Amino acid sequence: MSNDEYKKLYEGLSPGSPGYKNIPFAFLTGGGLCALAQLIKNLWLGTGLEETAASAMTSVSMIGLGVLLTALGLFGKIARVAGAGTLVPITGFANSISSAALEFKSEGFITGTCVKMFTIAGPVLVFGISASVLYGLILYFLL
Amino acid sequence: MEYLRAFLCGGLICAFSQVLIDRTRLTPARILTSYVVLGVLLTALGIYQPVVKWGGCGATTPLFGFGYAMAEGVKKAVSEQGLLGALSGGLSAAAAGVSAAVFFSLIAAFLFKPKSRE
Repeated sequence: MSNDEYKKLYEGLSPGSPGYKNIPFAFLTGGGLCALAQLIKNLWLGTGLEETAASAMTSVSMIGLGVLLTALGLFGKIARVAGAGTLVPITGFANSISSAALEFKSEGFITGTCVKMFTIAGPVLVFGISASVLYGLILYFLL
Repeated sequence: MEYLRAFLCGGLICAFSQVLIDRTRLTPARILTSYVVLGVLLTALGIYQPVVKWGGCGATTPLFGFGYAMAEGVKKAVSEQGLLGALSGGLSAAAAGVSAAVFFSLIAAFLFKPKSRE
């Protein structure tokens, strides 16, 4: 194998090369998902929900979409191109739970699916909850 | 116009995150976790509210929005219930999303076979 061939093979196999081509894809996908969320929110507002409830139902809808795309095996394909564009919106949170739930079925329902679901979501919840409690305590005692 | 702002706001946050992933080797788990905490912090400092006002779902759909919802929830709960609210407000605001993600994933695990490693 010549050096050129090796370089080609190496570049083909190494994940997420830090080039700039991922950035526009992340921008377009992330922006597109957020515009879609805006559309969904307006639909929920149209059914007569008030602001907070419509926002919550929008999150639920986007999470449903994320889980569905993961279950159909499409999420990974999109994420390979879109990177942070699918990871950072709440669809990424949904994917972190559903992909683990599916992947670890082979290790049993309780010890696989139910435990591994929270591999990524667990830390997110631990830190998110703790930060909100801390903020609540500061509001209550100091402000 | 509302949709364009959501697109721009969400797009910029995701493009910035892509740079973070590419340049710093932060794992996705760390990014998601720090974004939720940052969302709480930025909301507590009053910085994120104007972003949400401008970007709409472009600001609330990225994981910052999760932290934003939790911080707003805890603020409201503390003003209504005092100390109890400090404990219940954040999780209550996130409850629908978390329950949906867990329940939908459980159903998916029953109905689907894993396609490929993701």
